[in-house]
Amino acid sequence: MSNVPNELRYTKSHEWVRTEADGSVTVGITDHAQELLGDMVFIELPEIEANYTAGDECAVVESVKAASDVYSPISGEVIAINEDLTETPETINQDPFDTGWMFKMQPEDAGEVDELMDAEAYAEFIADEEH
Amino acid sequence: MSQALSAVQRTPQRTPLYDRHLAANAKIVDFAGWEMPIHYGSQLEEHHQVRTDAGMFDVSHMVVLDLTGAGVTAFLRHLLANDVARTQTPGKALYSCLLNERGGVIDDLIVYFMNDSWYRMVVNAATRDKDLAWITAQAISANKKGSGVEIRERDDLAMIAVQGPNARDKAHAALGATLDPARELRPFFAIECGEWYVARTGYTGEDGYEIMVPAEQAGATWDALLAAGVHPIGLGARDTLRLEAGMNLYGQDMNEDISPLEAGLGWTVAFEPQERDFIGRAALEKQRADGPAFRLVGLILEDRGVLRAHQRVVTGQGEGEITSGSFSPTLGKSIALARVPATTQDRCQVEIRGKQLAARIVKYPFARNGKACTE
Repeated sequence: MSNVPNELRYTKSHEWVRTEADGSVTVGITDHAQELLGDMVFIELPEIEANYTAGDECAVVESVKAASDVYSPISGEVIAINEDLTETPETINQDPFDTGWMFKMQPEDAGEVDELMDAEAYAEFIADEEH
Repeated sequence: MSQALSAVQRTPQRTPLYDRHLAANAKIVDFAGWEMPIHYGSQLEEHHQVRTDAGMFDVSHMVVLDLTGAGVTAFLRHLLANDVARTQTPGKALYSCLLNERGGVIDDLIVYFMNDSWYRMVVNAATRDKDLAWITAQAISANKKGSGVEIRERDDLAMIAVQGPNARDKAHAALGATLDPARELRPFFAIECGEWYVARTGYTGEDGYEIMVPAEQAGATWDALLAAGVHPIGLGARDTLRLEAGMNLYGQDMNEDISPLEAGLGWTVAFEPQERDFIGRAALEKQRADGPAFRLVGLILEDRGVLRAHQRVVTGQGEGEITSGSFSPTLGKSIALARVPATTQDRCQVEIRGKQLAARIVKYPFARNGKACTE
């Protein structure tokens, strides 16, 4: 079973979102997603200061097997990226919810995060997807 | 994230080793209608395991055919682009394309000469139905002329490929006296070991055996190899290993519209002797005289990214296409096979997600016997 931390919010395209104390959000891909994709070998991160609308393609993760788009879970501006992933993409496999974070955003509307799935809904969603 | 895996959609087939795969924590995917392991945790680790030590693959989904009868040599000399008359030593393997009249590749296969009236052939699982239909149709027409060829599919056999620098030693340690006759086996030969049939051909660029055993013995054979420290390896690593070894994959690097001359397989076509009339010969003769428009080359990506099949290749001489691409675990870079205009020089650009990235054209194989062969 994939790990689905309680304190995060989730998208149907398998990104996770964590709201930080300063109102910014951190984004990555879920344990379930990294498991589906397999060993990561290349990560293309968004540009700092890029603006995205929820659902925009904003990054790419490539495993040995396949390339997969990462979508912006909310609307807002990219304020930080995890450059370490460029050298060690496998961090996403090892630690998807912590050191494997991909980018941070300043949301346009803080309420948008609350509309995403909570852990229980996401766990149910991936269970359904597998059947 | 988009869905990266195809779900199993029809009633899938399972090899006798399916339960062993589940027990080894395999991630199962649909491969040509078979439920097969893509990896058992990490494709990269499995890849390195084969390059550095020993791994085993369940390849029981591949199709084994026995062709028998007094006229079988003449039949195969007409059916195949390579010439079985070159391999009249018992057990000798020959790699060949099966061509249509246009010179396009129906499949690639390995055929073993066993004796004057028995050859064993191994063809791809994904092409089973069309191969059987084609070969059977050719046999019917040959038999009308008195060929007397019989074709029997050996779906009673399972096949385990043991590959890697230590594969043969570990296989002998695991499987004992039954495997003894294979000790003297030269590369690209096969030998019968009692009920077993052992070949030393390989598809990874490493030494090893392909062991065919009666299906009911597959589980015990697998368990014995596992106990001797041979790790299970999934189809994912099989693909990166074969790509590094510069081996074509049917359906990607060649198909029914591509000739062996355009797919880097000119060496497998026996134009001599001139009087041998094989299927597709006239089309290939013409292409050879005109000079093929395309050739297959190796690429190494110099920029960051991953080469994948179907990406567009831009050269000074025109456009081409990547036929197989991946990250190479041995080189730590992205590599590919690509079909490019025949006159292409040493550099090109590959279009990845709208960007043109620099790649170098190199001779393949990229890696064999545990080592990189290119810089």
